[in-house]
Amino acid sequence: MMSINERQDELIEEFSMFDDWMEKYEYIIDMGKDVSGLTEELKSDDYLVRGCQSRVWLIPAQENGILQFQADSDAIITKGIVGMVVRVLNNSSADEILKSDLYFVDKIGLKEHLSPTRSNGLVSMIKKIKTYALAYSAKAI
Amino acid sequence: MVKTELNIEQIRKDFPILHQEVNGKPLVYFDNAASTQKPKVVIDRVADYYSNEHSNIHRGVHSLSAAATEEYELSRKTVQAHFNAKFDHEIVFNKGTTDGINLVANGFAKSFLKEGDEVLVSELEHHSNIVPWQMACEQTGAKLKVIPITDSGEWIMEEFHNLLSDRTKIIAVNHVSNALGTMNPITDVIEAAHSKGIPVLLDGAQAVPHMAVDVQALDCDFYVMSGHKLFGPTGVGVLYGKEEWLNKLPPYQGGGDMIKTVSFEKTTYNELPFKFEAGTPNIAGVIGLKTAIDYVNEIGLDAIADYEQELLEYGTEKLSQIEGLKIYGTAKNKASVISFLLDGIHPYDAGTILDKLGIAVRTGHHCTQPVMTRFGIPGTVRASFAFYNTKEEIDALYEGLLRVKKMFS
Ligand SMILES: Cc1ncc(COP(=O)(O)O)c(C=O)c1O
Repeated sequence: MMSINERQDELIEEFSMFDDWMEKYEYIIDMGKDVSGLTEELKSDDYLVRGCQSRVWLIPAQENGILQFQADSDAIITKGIVGMVVRVLNNSSADEILKSDLYFVDKIGLKEHLSPTRSNGLVSMIKKIKTYALAYSAKAI
Repeated sequence: MVKTELNIEQIRKDFPILHQEVNGKPLVYFDNAASTQKPKVVIDRVADYYSNEHSNIHRGVHSLSAAATEEYELSRKTVQAHFNAKFDHEIVFNKGTTDGINLVANGFAKSFLKEGDEVLVSELEHHSNIVPWQMACEQTGAKLKVIPITDSGEWIMEEFHNLLSDRTKIIAVNHVSNALGTMNPITDVIEAAHSKGIPVLLDGAQAVPHMAVDVQALDCDFYVMSGHKLFGPTGVGVLYGKEEWLNKLPPYQGGGDMIKTVSFEKTTYNELPFKFEAGTPNIAGVIGLKTAIDYVNEIGLDAIADYEQELLEYGTEKLSQIEGLKIYGTAKNKASVISFLLDGIHPYDAGTILDKLGIAVRTGHHCTQPVMTRFGIPGTVRASFAFYNTKEEIDALYEGLLRVKKMFS
């Protein structure tokens, strides 16, 4: 099983193939389309992470100490990035998630989307993931 | 009538910020409804004030203070003339539109609203012309009533007339809509309101950059605007109020400058407009606003309006050629604002790609969530034009949108 950082490095590697922003965004859009997403009924306010511009839904699950998140967004670019975050963090323990530092976003040149001023729900989503992780790790003790 | 042609190339030279690249592309600034750019004369005026003239106003005996006070009051005269107010003391300087609405809403809550009364706004309002009234209603037990809009983004006037009653204590509506660009039939509203003795506040934030406004001809009771949307500095705005109304309203904030005498037993308030200008104001902003108004008047608001209508027509026609693009806000009378969505493409996605192409548009709900709810959409992409924009820039937006469409299809 790969670690969070190994998965981040893998993504950075994938993005290093692209020369310009167009290709990069096309790739993100493709990933956004590939994210299986949530059914309409799961996109409920219970799972909604509020962002002003685009909305993100996040559903947590835990099995044998390993966390799995499912996520979706109404904007494709956000959905693509959400998909990457989930890909990096899924299959990890709560502690690993709590300790993680998501440097890949910056490294692949998407830092602007993680700026709190974008109000696209991404920043809140990552906070939410950590909150879930904290809750699961507290229960484990 | 012969139209005065604007020399856009020359005008663009007046705006330093326009000549830069964003993400490696020449900047196309289409977010003028959020805030307009500043001509060099305004930037220089503010810098010059701080470099050579700054001092506090209305208090010192020394020369600098006297000169700064004079400049500040000169700005009031300019604003008075620009909006054709009857008296200069009907012009209150403040932080902007939001501040002006809060002042009036607060005063109404304190002095005029009671349980069972009604405040009338419209479905087209900016949040800053909704929330202060909601707060006033919460405090007093008054009710907020809303004029609904049609699919084209226009007030349903029949409903407006039905909503007017003896309980209506004030009507607070926008002159021009920031989300859809609709120029609202405010003269009809004011006439109907006054026939029942109801005062009208106009939110002029989106009107003043596009047209000459004459508050006496309109006969509105309050008019509010923001300097930063009129090519002036941020943090400065104007509340116009008819003398009789400003006299009736209680002071908003307490502090220096707004008092005549202070003792612990009783404080008496200063006269208009100082009663509403507590504390040291944004002196540089006020002085810069005068320069902005002078600048706009030199070009001529009628010529500006003509040119912007040309841009609006051109833009509407051009963008309509894009399959799957839907324009929200199709009123007959519109300011140079085009709000739209590309079929199936989230405004955030479109805005992100346009930004990569150097094109600055606003995406989202534009602080008018009720409008978005009305249309059942998460938001729109909004391109808003000023007189320094060009048809070539609209072409760039058109090309950009084709690219967006291709990327997301
Ligand atoms: C119609 C309208 N009203 C009020 C405002 C608020 O203006 P300000 O933020 O300058 O106070 C705006 C600004 O977007 C507006 O467009």
